Formats: sequence, structure tokens, C-alpha cells
Amino acid sequence: MAKTIIPIGPYHPLQEEPEFFILTVEGEKVVDIDVHIGYNHRGIEKLSETKTFDQSTFVIERICGICSTSHPFAYTRAVEDIIPIEVPERAKYIRTIIAEGERIHSHLLWLGLAGHFLGYDTVFMWTWKLREEILDVMEILTGNRNNYAMFKPGGVRRDIKSEDIPVVIKKIDSIVPTLEMLKKAVIDDPVIHARTKGIGVLSKEDAINYCALGPTARASGVARDVRKNSPYGAYDKVEWDMIVTHNGDVFDKLVVRVLEVFESIKIIKNCFLNLPGGEIDANIKDIPPGEGIGHIEAPRGECFHYVRSDGTNRPVRHKVRAPTFMNLPTYKATVIGEDISDATIILAAIDPCYCCTERMTVCNIKRKKIYSGKDLIKLSREKTKILRNKMGVK
Amino acid sequence: MSMKLKALLKSAWVFHLSTGSCNNCDIEILDCLTPRFDIERFGMLLVGSIKHADVLLITGSGNRKSMERAKRLYEQIPKPCLVVAVGECALSRGMFIHSYNCPVPIDKVIPVDVYIPGCPPKPEAIIAGVVKLIEKVKKGTEKKSSV
Ligand code: SF4
Repeated sequence: MAKTIIPIGPYHPLQEEPEFFILTVEGEKVVDIDVHIGYNHRGIEKLSETKTFDQSTFVIERICGICSTSHPFAYTRAVEDIIPIEVPERAKYIRTIIAEGERIHSHLLWLGLAGHFLGYDTVFMWTWKLREEILDVMEILTGNRNNYAMFKPGGVRRDIKSEDIPVVIKKIDSIVPTLEMLKKAVIDDPVIHARTKGIGVLSKEDAINYCALGPTARASGVARDVRKNSPYGAYDKVEWDMIVTHNGDVFDKLVVRVLEVFESIKIIKNCFLNLPGGEIDANIKDIPPGEGIGHIEAPRGECFHYVRSDGTNRPVRHKVRAPTFMNLPTYKATVIGEDISDATIILAAIDPCYCCTERMTVCNIKRKKIYSGKDLIKLSREKTKILRNKMGVK
Repeated sequence: MSMKLKALLKSAWVFHLSTGSCNNCDIEILDCLTPRFDIERFGMLLVGSIKHADVLLITGSGNRKSMERAKRLYEQIPKPCLVVAVGECALSRGMFIHSYNCPVPIDKVIPVDVYIPGCPPKPEAIIAGVVKLIEKVKKGTEKKSSV
């Protein structure tokens, strides 16, 4: 295979994207893993440097469709750090609401895909159906299902209309019973326990050594959350809890995500309750020379932006570090030594790309057999079936 | 050829190819399969292998690395086939038109039958696009058979 590796850049490996994983296995055990990325490199950092500060938000939004709030959020914070300026209170609350809405739909999306990998397509369909409700909420608030274009340096672009709020709260409340049902169905299911407990364990030391972020780290007992540790937006003004579990296996990562959805709902409702009045934009005129950093908690972990300005209307340097970039190397600690049939769900557990598994090549040295992503999903599903039969679950 | 194409439309199997997109288009395509939109009602199915596909669904702005692969995949799809470009990126490279890594629009490399604009197009738009595609092929075949 030709080696054209562009390992860094505005690249966010998530599901449905082209990228390469090369697993080396002996028999059933995985002995090595290699990741090839770069199929998605679009030169966004460079593009952003050719746009004005205001235009950049739109490009930054398109780094990743699922995190189309996290990146502009981090970027605008970086720009505001250069000036420095305080964002109006109302804008802070609106930003928080949008960011949490995104977290809910992102976690539900992951949960669905995880269910799909385990052979529980019902979970996939249920969660994605629930996700539609959240997308509707986002459409009411922002005007689009994804790529919300709500953020601008100094505030937000659109206000939330007061007549929309009861509609939105009602919609959010309406998904809670289904979510509770889903939570019970997923967390109490003996087969899911058997498939995910003790699988792909990332110990606390490894999580710290690999600089794991977000739910991946919190599932290993590392209590790190930018929202708590260096609060931004309205996170220090509303009540919520950080979810931390200690086993570091796939099951704990699942639990963290499911419980975080409930916390996000809590945050959104609190924000609506306390939504202050006033301006939504600080009306930034000029951006002085200087540099600024902005970091926020994206659904997958800390998202970090660095912006340098030379006093003109364009950034001279813009650096992006997406959370998956830090989480990917944890595969070295979690996948190696596991069965091939578990590899899919372990790879999916950090919430990366799912298309990548479709393009994953497993080189079985001893039997000279090449598994495609499809075979792997099949293997994974067969394991669930066997377990089900053993446990007598219908 | 045209008869064959018409036969494809009864149950079009779709292969989805992302050539460097932001994921939103891809997720909206997956959304089409889930209960609210459910295009499987119309016999459409996402397949995992290009060799089983009748329709190639392309998203993304086509960067240097992935376009080579896209070209190779297009050579492997059984002909006749239909190609649908989804999203502003696949149409004209949208926001990435000045990027150093996205040199040409996709339709310069692969012949595209239907364009579905939007960033991202809503699932409704994707379904409407597919309906248009079916109409287009039907009209094409009728014309040819009447001549
Ligand atoms: S058209 Fe828009 S939503 Fe679709 S891949 Fe391109 S940037 Fe993303």
C-alpha cells in the first residue's frame, strides 16, 4: 500500500469516513494495530487563514458534521481570548443550550451505532428515531438540522424566540420516558453485559498516559471535564454532575454516554429556566494582534483551538486539535490481546468513525485470511447470538 | 442497456462513498434508513460492497488521496450504474473550493447523473432526489423504446 500519510490537520475521524485500520492478528488475538488517516484532509486550517474572522466560523463548522457546534465554540472562544472580551450573558446561555443539544444527538448516534455493531439493530432504530426529535428541536432553535451557524466571535447570530421555548421544552420532555426505557434496556441487558463488560479495558494509568479525553477518559476514572474544570458558557451557573465510572471497559463507556444524555437534558432545561434577557452580541469591531486559545468539552472530549492575529481581519495561524486525535492511540492499549470479534466494538467505543471499520483490513498471519469490515460485524453478531443461546435469552 | 437500467429501479441497492466530507451528508443518508424516513420501503438498501451496488452515492469534496480510490471503485461497480452526488461539497466543492487538497470537482472524475444540493441536504431532499433520478431514467428509457 502506498504510504501517503497526512496524520495531522483538520481531520476528525468519525463514523462514515474513509480511513484505514490495519489490525495484525494471530489466530483470534489481535497483536498489532495501525491506523492510516488522511483521506479526509481538506486543508481547513489553511482555508481558515484565508477567510476573515467572521467567515471562518462557517468553515470551522464543517470540520465535522456531528461537532458542528464544538468547533465554532472553541474557535470563537479563542478569538475572544485575543481581545479579550466578555460575551453577553444571554449569548452564553444560548451557546450552552446549543452545545448540549449537540451532545445529546451525538451520544444517541453513537449508542445506535454501538447497538448496530453488537447485532442489536432495534437499539439502532430506536435511538436514531429519538435523535430525530432532538434534531427537530435544533431546527426550531437554529433553523437547520445540522451546521447550525449560531456562533460568531462575540456572541451568537440568532436569538431564541420566547414563544419557541415551551415547544422545545415539551419536545425534550417527551423523549425522556423513551430514553429511560432505552437506558434500562441497554444497561440491564445480560447479553450486552456479556459482550461489553471487561472488554477493551483502558486502565486509569493508560488513560492518563495516552492523554485520553472526554467519555473515554471518564469511563476509566479520570475525572476530567472542561465544563467543570475550567467552566465556560453557562456551565458554572446551572446544576449538573460529571459522570465518572472506573472500569474503563466498553460497558462503562456506554454507561457514561447514556447518563450524560440525561445530564445534558438537565442542563438545557435549567438554561431555559434561567435564560437572562439582554444583548446576544458584543459587537466586536477590531481584533488586535495577539494570540488566543479556546477549549471546550465536545461530545468526544476536549476540543482545542489556537488562533493568532496580526491585527488584520484574518487569522495568520489557526490550529485545531480534535478530541479523537488524542483518543485514537488508546487502541494500542485496548485492542491488542482481544478477540477479533470484539475488535469492532472496541474500536467503536471511543466514538470514532464507523465507516473505518468497513474499510478495516485484518491480516491473519497464520491462516492467511483477510477479513473485511463486513466479516468483522458478522463475527461480532455471531458471538452475540452464541452468547444469547448459552444464556437462554430469546 | 436501457432495459437493464429500468430493471434496476425496482430495488436500487446503494453504495455510499465518502470522499472527504464533514460527515453531515453521510449521517443524513443514514438517517434516511431509520424509522422516520425509512427508504427501505422503496426497496433501497445500503450495501457494504461496491460489487453489489446499482447506485453510487457520493459525498464530500474529493481530496487528492480519496479521489484515486473513488475512481477505482467506480471502475468496479457493475454497469449500467447510476451516480448521485449528495451535498454542496460533491457538487462544486462548496466551502472547500480554494483548498489545496481538493483540486477538481467530483463530476470531472466520475460522470454524475443527479445532483442533490444542500449543506447538508435534508433527508426529504435526498428522497426527492432519488425520485427524480427514477423519473429521469424512466423517461430516458421510454424515449428510447418509442424511437
Ligand atoms: S455538503 Fe456540507 S454537510 Fe455535506 S459534506 Fe460538505 S460541508 Fe458537510
